[in-house]
Amino acid sequence: MDPLKRSPPPCPSPRPSSPRTQPCEMLGHVGIETVLDQLKIKAMKTGFEFNIMVVGQTGLGKSTMVNTLFRSKVWKSTHPGTGVSMPQTLQLHSETHVIEEKGVKLKLTVTDTPGFGDQINNDKCWEPILGYINEQYERYLQEELLITRQRHIPDTRVHCCVYFVPPTGHCLRPLDIELLQRLCRTVNVVPVIARADSLTIEEREVFRNRIQQNLKTHCIEVYPQKCFDEDINDRILNSKIRDRIPFAVVGADREHLVDGRCVLGRKTKWGVIEVENMAHCEFPLLRDLLIRSHLQDLKDITHNVHYENYRVGRLNASHLLPRGPGWVNLAPATPEQLTSPRPLRACRRPHDDSEEESGLSMANPRPASS
Amino acid sequence: MDWLAAPQDRLVEQLLSPRTQAQRRLKDIDKQYVGFATLPNQVHRKSVKKGFDFTLMVAGESGLGKSTLVHSLFLTDLYKDRKLLSAEERINQTVEILKHTVDIEEKGVKLKLTIVDTPGFGDAVNNSECWKPITDYVDQQFEQYFRDESGLNRKNIQDNRVHCCLYFISPFGHGLRPVDVGFMKALHEKVNIVPLIAKADCLVPSEIRKLKERIREEIDKFGIHVYQFPECDSDEDEDFKQQDRELKESAPFAVIGSNTVVEAKGQRVRGRLYPWGIVEGEFQHRRGAQGERLSGASTHSPQPCPPPLPTVENQAHCDFVKLRNMLIRTHMHDLKDVTCDVHYENYRAQCIQQMTSKLTQDSRMESPIPILPLPTPDAETEKLIRMKDEELRRMQEMLQKMKQQMQDQ
Repeated sequence: MDPLKRSPPPCPSPRPSSPRTQPCEMLGHVGIETVLDQLKIKAMKTGFEFNIMVVGQTGLGKSTMVNTLFRSKVWKSTHPGTGVSMPQTLQLHSETHVIEEKGVKLKLTVTDTPGFGDQINNDKCWEPILGYINEQYERYLQEELLITRQRHIPDTRVHCCVYFVPPTGHCLRPLDIELLQRLCRTVNVVPVIARADSLTIEEREVFRNRIQQNLKTHCIEVYPQKCFDEDINDRILNSKIRDRIPFAVVGADREHLVDGRCVLGRKTKWGVIEVENMAHCEFPLLRDLLIRSHLQDLKDITHNVHYENYRVGRLNASHLLPRGPGWVNLAPATPEQLTSPRPLRACRRPHDDSEEESGLSMANPRPASS
Repeated sequence: MDWLAAPQDRLVEQLLSPRTQAQRRLKDIDKQYVGFATLPNQVHRKSVKKGFDFTLMVAGESGLGKSTLVHSLFLTDLYKDRKLLSAEERINQTVEILKHTVDIEEKGVKLKLTIVDTPGFGDAVNNSECWKPITDYVDQQFEQYFRDESGLNRKNIQDNRVHCCLYFISPFGHGLRPVDVGFMKALHEKVNIVPLIAKADCLVPSEIRKLKERIREEIDKFGIHVYQFPECDSDEDEDFKQQDRELKESAPFAVIGSNTVVEAKGQRVRGRLYPWGIVEGEFQHRRGAQGERLSGASTHSPQPCPPPLPTVENQAHCDFVKLRNMLIRTHMHDLKDVTCDVHYENYRAQCIQQMTSKLTQDSRMESPIPILPLPTPDAETEKLIRMKDEELRRMQEMLQKMKQQMQDQ
């Protein structure tokens, strides 16, 4: 269908009249594309929300990375050797800020996971993380099921989880694999090689390839997931991105003078590592992916896929209740439900209707009599 | 800003291409920004891919120009093979609901437009409750959406809810007639109603003014809630506020529709040709004295020497342009929002209440259905039932308050 031109003959030419979903011959300009402007205005007024979680061992530069990404002191990054005691158990710590740029307001929530993987016995250290993520889904679900709902349900679901892989140079560790396997079914995961300034470019490539092989062997689908590519353009772009995952990043929040320019970087005796320089590290790639081009996509996949999976799981569990006319009454979420990963559902494809779920049918809501 | 204007896929691709990896230095100005100002563009891109849908209902007596107006609004002819019924056939006719769906595309934006027509409305001899099929239809769409939304597979939910209802008021009366009032009162809590004065070319401007005032008074008197245009922000510019004010003051719109093109002094205009002049519903490719494009509507008489060409202000003659701008160019999304957030939510709340009240009733009759999977000694069930009753009562109070607030507005 080409966008129609402006001055065809005004008299409608005789055509078979079967107007069902056939493109119509237009006789002028109606002005439909202004709906996009209306949408934009509305979006700018309501603002946007984005929730990001950073997971990784202590000292990998998570807080610094968050500060660098959002160019503000979201966290006070702790420096090594300041004598901060290591937390005994994994605690999750969230902070919310509203940042504004060019009239666009973004409510950003960053969740940190200090203490992850720091204990001697790290068994089941992913449970608090999964529990937190599922708790946000549960909260949203409860809001959605209310009888009188809010116009705009506050969205605290985690849209993206950045996983920091320590730069060992070898391959993924068992802890990494265990966590990634569980996380990737619940949330969008973007793994990054942290503190990449300790690896040379060749070492990085080797490390990257090994990690990619590990991910493939263990069937871990990180963002951008292959099965969610909607059309050919997306697929091409996303395969290019997938080739470079995990990105090797360096975070810095101090500025230095290089060649008369002020750059963010780490100053060492042998040179300055510029964070924004693609030749030094892949931080710009991470930033562009997360914020400038795929932010909305991250939110969409969280909402349409991960959240729906969670919802279906919960509704099916409530299915065990005897059916009867009635509104949905969810069984209270048991702790196992919150922390155990769900089976990986098949992908979202637009014409994938063979995935019909049987099960709980909302016993027929009677129409309200007028 | 480079990155602000660039299409999103280009941004990441640029960074990924091997040529630039070695030498790329980001421009200094790029570095100052985090970059989420591209968010509206990202949303934009997805909406263009997905396309929009809009359902418009037209209601009113036969012969008031509904089909013609739809034709003029969307510039598509949906009713080519329509047969008009004769008087005998109409005596016992009931109101039908007819749906026509068309896909319109302009500048890459797709719109799936559904027009719901209601032939037979107000035509029979006895018109009591002739709006019942229409309210049933609207409720049915809500119910369908409710079921889809509460179901398990929510991938491709079709939104068939009626977003706007154009109600045609006859210009020959002295205001609203009883069937108009009955219809609007039955539907004002379910659908956004936009009242129109049809066939406005049979009235002179002063009559139109009087009729509009009359209708506005009667709408207030009977407590009908028609669609209210949202308030514009205090930080909008004066021009916009002026336009907004004019829009609100010209409701209900007096419209003229036309699907014929007449020739007037060598120009082709969409209009109605009378012996005393040409009524132009809308200009088509009209050129002013300097060749600039004019819009608007006017009436002028065919004279030997060309009269001074009308200017844009001639919109005052007919509100068709205002209606089209409101419906498509400025308020389409708001209409959908109000349907979603207000009318649909009301319906849903009512529906759930009925379901839950049925549940508590039934549970006393049959074997008690435990709401929570607990072992059920009777005392427990009784407590649960009482708790649910409390909740219901609270919900009902909240609903009442909401209704009160809506009526006060």
